[in-house]
Order: sequence, then C-alpha cells, then structure tokens
Amino acid sequence: MRREIPLIITFIAGLVFVVQYFIPHPPFDAFEQVFTNWFAIVQAFAIWLGALSLMKFSMLKIRRKQKDWFMSVIIIVGFVVMVAYGAYDGFAGMHASPTYSFRDAGTHFDWLYQNIYTPLTSTMFALLAFFVASASYRAFRARNLQATLLLIAGILVMIGRVPIGDWLTSFMPAHYQASNLATWIMNFPNAAGQRAIMIGIALGTVSTSLRIILGIERSHLEG
Amino acid sequence: MKVARAVFPLVILTLALSCNLMAQKMKIEPALDTATQVITQQPPIAPLNLFAEDTPDDAGNSMDIRWDLSADDSADVTNYQVLRSDSPDGPFVVVGGTTKGQGSFTDNTVKPGQKYYYKIVAQGAPLTDSTFVSSESTVFGPAISSGQWFNTRRSNVLLWTLVLSASVIFFIYRAKSGGKLYIRKIAGIDAIDEAIGRATEMGRKVFYVPGINDMDDVQTLASIAILGRVARIAAESDTYLEVPVSKSLVLITARETVKESYSKVGRPDSFREEQVHYVTDDQFGYAAAIDGMVVREQPATMIYMGAFYAESLILAETGNAAGAIQIAGTAMPAQLPFFVAACDYTLIGEELFAASAYLSREPKLLGSLKGQDVGKALFLASIILGIIIEIVTKVDFQWLLRVS
Repeated sequence: MRREIPLIITFIAGLVFVVQYFIPHPPFDAFEQVFTNWFAIVQAFAIWLGALSLMKFSMLKIRRKQKDWFMSVIIIVGFVVMVAYGAYDGFAGMHASPTYSFRDAGTHFDWLYQNIYTPLTSTMFALLAFFVASASYRAFRARNLQATLLLIAGILVMIGRVPIGDWLTSFMPAHYQASNLATWIMNFPNAAGQRAIMIGIALGTVSTSLRIILGIERSHLEG
Repeated sequence: MKVARAVFPLVILTLALSCNLMAQKMKIEPALDTATQVITQQPPIAPLNLFAEDTPDDAGNSMDIRWDLSADDSADVTNYQVLRSDSPDGPFVVVGGTTKGQGSFTDNTVKPGQKYYYKIVAQGAPLTDSTFVSSESTVFGPAISSGQWFNTRRSNVLLWTLVLSASVIFFIYRAKSGGKLYIRKIAGIDAIDEAIGRATEMGRKVFYVPGINDMDDVQTLASIAILGRVARIAAESDTYLEVPVSKSLVLITARETVKESYSKVGRPDSFREEQVHYVTDDQFGYAAAIDGMVVREQPATMIYMGAFYAESLILAETGNAAGAIQIAGTAMPAQLPFFVAACDYTLIGEELFAASAYLSREPKLLGSLKGQDVGKALFLASIILGIIIEIVTKVDFQWLLRVS
C-alpha cells in the first residue's frame, strides 16, 4: 500500500487536472484553484523541513570542522537574526496604531533586507556578465563548421544591435544592413530553432505526464 | 492753439477708451460663441443593434455584448457606457465601458442562469464636470449566461493529446509484448555512467542540481526520476552523491528517491540524510551556495537537470572552472545556449524527459519514448501539410497557366 496510495493519488489528481482543462463548467473550473491552494498549504508546512535541514547541515559542518566551516556559522547567525527581527517587527506591528507589517519600509527586517540581502543578490546577478563573456569566448571559437556559423551569426546579431552597425554597413542595400540582418537572424533561423525545441518540449511534457499519471514512471517514488 | 491743446488730450483719451472697449468686446465675443456652441450641442446618435449573448467556452460567468457604433462615433462620441439591470424597466447600473470606435464589451460580473438586460449610452461632449450630452440605445434582453461542458477552443489540444496518448500507450503495450524497439542514442545520457565512473576513479563527489522550480513543474518531476537512476549508479559504484535543493518539497521527494535507490542496490547503510540537503529558495542565494561548494570541494562531476533561469550560467561556469565533467538538461529554451557553451553534454528539451526512460531500459518506458517520437513525427507531418495547404490556397498560381 505504501506505493499504491501515492500512485492512486497521482492518477486522480492528474486526471482531474486534464479534465478541468477541457471542461469549464462548475465544479471543474474551480479544481485548479483548489489544488493550487492545497499545494500552497503543503508548501508552507514543508518550509520548516527545509529550514531544519539547513540548520542540521550547517551544524554538522561546524561540528566536523569541515573546510570553511565558519561559512556555516554565518548561515546560522543570518537565519536567526532575520527570523528574530521578522518576528519582533511582526509582533510590534500588530500592536502598533496604525498596524504595520514586518515587511513594510522602515522596519528592522526591511533594513536588513534592503542593505544586506539585496546587495548580495545583485552582486551574484552581476557575476553573470563576466560568465557570459567567458562562455562566449569558448563557444565562439571557430573549431568546426557549426561553431563558425555560430560565431558569424553572433557577430552579425551583436553588430546589428548597436547603432554603429548600421553606420558601418550604410553603403549596402537596406535589406543587408546590420540591423535588418540581425532582425532576420532572430526572426527566422533563431525562431525556427526555438519553435522546434518548444514543440519537442511540449510533446515530452505530455509523454512524461502520461507516464506519471498512468504509474509507468515510478522512479520518483521508488528510485 | 490753446483750443487745440485742450482738445488734443480729449481726442487721445476718447481714442484710447474706444480701443479699450473694442478690445474687451473682441475678448468677450469668442467666449460667448463657445458657450453657445456647448449649450446648443446635439446629443450623438444612439448606438443601434445592441446584442448580448453568453460567452462561449467558459464557466458561465461572463456575457459578450456587441453594438453598432453611433453614426456620430467619429465626430461627437467620446465613449460608450454599458449599463445592466435585472429588469427591462431598470434601474440600470454601469458595469463598464469602452472608448469611441469600440463596439464590444465583455461583462465578467454576471451569474450563470440569471436574466440580464443591457443598454448602451453613447456619451458626447461634457456639459459640466460630471454630466455629458448622451443618447441611449434600446434595451436588449433578457440575456442569460451558462457554463459549457466542453471548451471547443481547445478541441485541437484534445485531438493532439489523444493522438499522442494513443501512440504512447500503443508502443508501451507493444514493448510489453516483446516487440523490438529502436531508440536513438542520446550522447548526454550515455555520458552519465562515464561521468560517475570518473568521479569514482578520482575519489571525488558527484553533485546533482535538480533546478530551482518546485514539484509542480514537470521538469522537476523528470529531474527527480533521473536522480533515482543516477543515485542507483552512484550507490553501485560507492561514489558520494550530493544533492543541494532549493525547495522544501523537492528536498523531501529527492531524499526519499535517493534513499530508495540505495536500498534497491542493497546499500541502504551507505545513504546519509545530509547527502540531500536544502539550501535556500532564493535564486541567487542558491547559486552562490552551490558555487561555494564547488570551489571548496572540487567535484569530479556536475549534473544539472531541471528548470533553470539566470543562475544556469553562474553554476555551469563555476563547474567548468573547477574542471568537473558537466552534464545538463533543461526544457528552458533561453538557458540552453548557456548550458551548451559551458557543459560537456546538454540534453535539449525533450531529451530531459526521455532521460529517465533511456537510463532505465525498461521496455514499458522505452515504449513510451517510441510513442512520443511517433507522435512528434505525426505532428511534424501535419505542420508540413498545413504549410502546403496554406501555400496552395494563398498563392495565385494562375500565372502558370497564362500564355504570353
């Protein structure tokens, strides 16, 4: 029964989702919202399991004195401080007049969020620019025919996206000027490739969903 | 001269006064003209042929309303108001409106099975701040909305779902009955064995990153299915597999999956709970944490399977710099170029969904792959047929028949 019950639940839930997609009549129209709400509730409870796992993993690293274990100390301190200030601001906000949320501007929680979390996130995102440069360098090396085509297409699109591109190719007929060439590459070969991938993804999604609903794919249940 | 001296200022004064009066008169006259124009403006001609009907293919919570634009639409009308009542005699309340030139509106505030009466008001120029010259259409009704039992706009989706499902089920049964199936080789999936073997030889870890979406994404489900196979191979070769996850529900599922895989190959004692651990829900926090682990622990193999966004390249470039053999798979088209550039092997789109079946080599799962491929072939054939029909019906081929 340990395996049959999840399979039955998966089958019923999957079937209901498929049916409600094609039947707009009540009560089917409400099923998607009901399942979404259930998912949100389960997710809210599960977050504590995640937090517990994070604390356990970090404490284990500190206890074992693994490499860079002090990073785990920062994780624990960060977690405790954010939860403590969130709870404090939430409690204070409930009893204030007018009431406010711990996420409102001016709270301790908001200060920590704006001055520590946001800059850290932005820093990580900014790294992407450097990684794009290093990955492009490798991808654009003309080692074979495909890589050479990629290099040519990449250069044309990049030149076509900046004003100097049209200036450099102003002597050519309008259709062959850099911006028009870049638009053509994006709208035709690129869009065709993207759509081919999208069709494959859609069919793969249906096939995988069918395997899971019918209980043929069970590796997520039993390994 | 004395008389002239006395009269001259009087003449000047008289002229100045006359000019002033004329100027004032000139200022007043246009204002009077405008006021007269507003007050005497006629209301626009009323909209005609008002019609309301139930919106098709919905749950019965909306009504489509159409009318012929007022004959004064391009000149005097500023906008149209849609009014509704439960009775033909009113009272009518405004439920929405459109700008001039637009003769349709969808009322999304109706209840199924209830009778409604509508009328349209064409509004003209403002009389005051809150009143306009306007004219009303005749009342239309009763109109009743109702829910439909089938969304006809999704007939094509149903047709293709049935075709694909039939194809998948047919090949599953064919595979079960012992029929031979040819499945094309997928280099990225074949490389998983080799990549884990490399980690075993080097005595280093294998990192498995299941993406940043939750269990409600089919990519994550496909990723967890692949994780089950990967964990089995790792357990058989006694290689340490680490799975950092970004969602609590993925943590629970992935942990159970890995645990079961270790049990299946008879090594339940080798499994440790901390192998599968939660990091954070935050996208870049997750990327930063994995980058840190990769730099510190220098894994031999990195496997990325699932849904990824901007963090894909941050992860893959760090893995590349650490010298790990990298295999990625995602159905996010925007991230595929990044993985192709930074990883050794990339499963493109549908290959991610095929990976679990391909790795398992179970006839039933391979049958579903074959069915998926046949479905795809039918889909492509229909696209080509559609293009041919479109060309034949739209292009004028008369020139072929003309004799010069």
